[in-house]
Amino acid sequence: MVTLTVNGTTQNIDADADTPLLWVLRDHLSLTGTKYGCGMALCGACTVHVDGIAVRSCVLPLKAVEGKSITTIEGLSKERSHAVQRAWIESDVPQCGYCQSGQLMSAAALLKTNPSPSDADIDAALSGNICRCGTYVRIRKAVHRAAELLREKSS
Amino acid sequence: MSGRVTDTPCEVIMGGPVTDSPLEVDFGRRVFLQRTALVGGGLVLTLALPLSAGGPRAAAEARGGQLNAWLRIGADDSITIVVDRSEMGQGVYTALPTLLAEELEVDLSRVKIVAAPVGEAYVNALNGGQVTGTSNSIPDAWEKLRKAGAQARLMLIAAAAQMWHVNPSECHAINGKVVSAQGKSASYGQLAEAAAKIPVPKDVVLKDAAHFRLIGKPLPRLDTPDKVDGSAEFGLDVRLPGMLYAVIALSPTLGGKAASVDSTAASAMPGIRRVLPTASGVVVVADHFWQARKARDALRINWDAGPNAKLDNAAIWSLLDKAAAAKPGASALSRDEVSASLKTGNAADALKKANKSLSAVYEVPLVAHATMEPMNCTADVKPDRCDVYVGTQVQQMAQSAAAEAAGLKPDQVNIHTTLLGGGFGRRLEVDFVPAAVEASKAVGLPVKLIWTREDDMTHDMFRPPAREAVSAGLDEKGQLLVWALHVTSPSITSRFDPTNKNPFDSVIEYVQNFPYAVPNFDLRYTRQEIGFDVGYLRSVSHAPNCFAIETSIDELAGAVSRNPLDFRLQHLAGKPRHTQVLKLVAERSGWGHAPKGRYQGIAFMEGYTSHIAQVAEVSVEGGRLKIHKITCVIDCGQTVNPRIVESQLESGIIYGLSAALWGDITLRNGRVQQRNFNDYRVLRLNETPEIDIHIIPSDAPPGGIGETGVPPVAPAVCNAIFAATGKRLRRLPISAHTLA
Repeated sequence: MVTLTVNGTTQNIDADADTPLLWVLRDHLSLTGTKYGCGMALCGACTVHVDGIAVRSCVLPLKAVEGKSITTIEGLSKERSHAVQRAWIESDVPQCGYCQSGQLMSAAALLKTNPSPSDADIDAALSGNICRCGTYVRIRKAVHRAAELLREKSS
Repeated sequence: MSGRVTDTPCEVIMGGPVTDSPLEVDFGRRVFLQRTALVGGGLVLTLALPLSAGGPRAAAEARGGQLNAWLRIGADDSITIVVDRSEMGQGVYTALPTLLAEELEVDLSRVKIVAAPVGEAYVNALNGGQVTGTSNSIPDAWEKLRKAGAQARLMLIAAAAQMWHVNPSECHAINGKVVSAQGKSASYGQLAEAAAKIPVPKDVVLKDAAHFRLIGKPLPRLDTPDKVDGSAEFGLDVRLPGMLYAVIALSPTLGGKAASVDSTAASAMPGIRRVLPTASGVVVVADHFWQARKARDALRINWDAGPNAKLDNAAIWSLLDKAAAAKPGASALSRDEVSASLKTGNAADALKKANKSLSAVYEVPLVAHATMEPMNCTADVKPDRCDVYVGTQVQQMAQSAAAEAAGLKPDQVNIHTTLLGGGFGRRLEVDFVPAAVEASKAVGLPVKLIWTREDDMTHDMFRPPAREAVSAGLDEKGQLLVWALHVTSPSITSRFDPTNKNPFDSVIEYVQNFPYAVPNFDLRYTRQEIGFDVGYLRSVSHAPNCFAIETSIDELAGAVSRNPLDFRLQHLAGKPRHTQVLKLVAERSGWGHAPKGRYQGIAFMEGYTSHIAQVAEVSVEGGRLKIHKITCVIDCGQTVNPRIVESQLESGIIYGLSAALWGDITLRNGRVQQRNFNDYRVLRLNETPEIDIHIIPSDAPPGGIGETGVPPVAPAVCNAIFAATGKRLRRLPISAHTLA
């Protein structure tokens, strides 16, 4: 039994210790917003926050997150109120939408440490997230917009 | 634009047998439409709500009326639109309801979407089946759904007029209500039950474009909110009570099969419920995905490698080259099925007379779809019923495949279409469906079968390789005298639809619309299979054909030292839509005025009844290619939602760039060498160029958009590389070439 906190709730998980966090979230906790894309930390679809840092949950064994605090897309905000979610809606970023949870979690982690990212900063933070629909142009725009929304909120 | 539609109303209203249940997209509030009763020879759909979603609100929603196959209005004023095309990112869950809502006079924001079940009413008339593909969801629905909306509006008005004892002409519909000249008002919800009993009006006059409130406006997508909080439900996310998880061991060699399986070690692992050999591979069923995934590695399978044990890329291309040389190729010109306009002149004679000529072979490799969501399917087989939850572009084919695997009749199989985590033609195939059904049947519980990324990459239905030989000639004035194409490639359509008698249809796309004036034209096709099945990939043969046409046109322009833009325009005289997109793309891209060190290439396509041109701006320094900008101009007729058109073009350009730059599936000893995104490279954010899209306003009937952006980008970039380096790339991908 491994104990961890997911979206603010303590969870005791009865799964093999080598089970990747991704499958614990999806199969054991029914948090299916976090997606499986590659299983090798190559595509970013499984991105979640562990103690506030964006990580690829598909290669992170359960035992490595014992006692940690996990945030998934479902826990990012209430009512889609996080700046990245608002900006994503404004810019109509998603197409098929499958990769977008990971894109949003990467973007949210970026803005936490860098409230005014440049294009190069956005490239560096989000190039690990593949989108086969090609929403990249809108993602870049929406990250800038989210940064604006955050600044409006803080001013 | 206005149109009087005089089809018999039963076509729209009743449809055929509706045999299963649509799945509501909105996660957590799943609502099922179920077949309930036959009334007056047609079918009525009613909403049946699961108990958990019951209560007074649900009851109010359940009362009301089903006005036609696509529309239900609840007594609580809820408006539910059944969408009969699959949402795979292209925006049909917004654009199709827009058409109906336009005529119904309701706001789009009030509309709730459900995915259509299998049913005759939901057949795409342009595809002849319930198929989402060929970029024709909007062209197919354009009149059909506006008419359905208009008919429903007239029925609601008639119901109000009856209730108020006034003439319908004294009433009109506005924003979800019917109001009368006398000042009376009733909401659609209040009228729906009575309206559903009104005879369907035969003739309806559709709005003209000047009166569109929704069509042509950049309205927000209806599916966006659920896609930013994790609640959107894809096939991978389906959860059913008691559901088990499965993975499959597929033959490492394409076309091989398991000769024997030792599952002793695997079966002893935690959570393993069953190891099951199936026609498509060995399935491991477990309590959880990860248990199944680990146990698969513990299987000892003796594979019979089958006929492709020695197959590699050199062998594949040797097959194509030999076939091209040995067989003259069936001439498309002799086929009745092919447009007579292809019968032009005498290519062989003209080639002898040409002042300058070009003989070039263009080659495109095998390419993977690589959707973000790997293939998966959830099946729940009962003795007399089977429910299949799947992201599919072909509901009827999924139903047939599941029925066969379950040993049931097709009408006992209910297809619940989830959102698709990318389609691109991969989900026109149902190869991943039967194993899920077999597994569920074997264990007597619902089973979700998930292909790993490696399964998905190595067992894609790849875009076929194509060998495209162009023979062309110019007269002494530099005018095109002859252009001939001989395509050698496996056929997709012969396998996909054996009833299709036209052997050319999956290889001549775009060539049949060869846009440039030429007195002598020839198209030949030699079918050469390569030992394994190939499939439709976004823009199908438009991409290789556009590459051959637009590269060869550039080469011909160069042969007479003409500007590639001017050469194209010179051969498009009298074609205003073609000319306009080319002129505008030149203007917006600053054609001929690239910044220092940057070079431009241009390409055009007429396809999916749209006209598109792109200019690529690149630099090549020390052999390193950088794509700075793609300018794209399209005339796709009337747009339904220009915001979606724009994003689809960005999407097509980026998809096309990935394929052009790196797309290259290779085989060794019959095994696909690429397994994941580390060795099958696709475009990432930092590699994405600036993209400038311009849509030409038009009131022509809407053209296709989902695939249209893809084909021109490869030739545009390759033509720009030629401008930069003098190297003419006739074989894709670009990364296979040294540009230094």
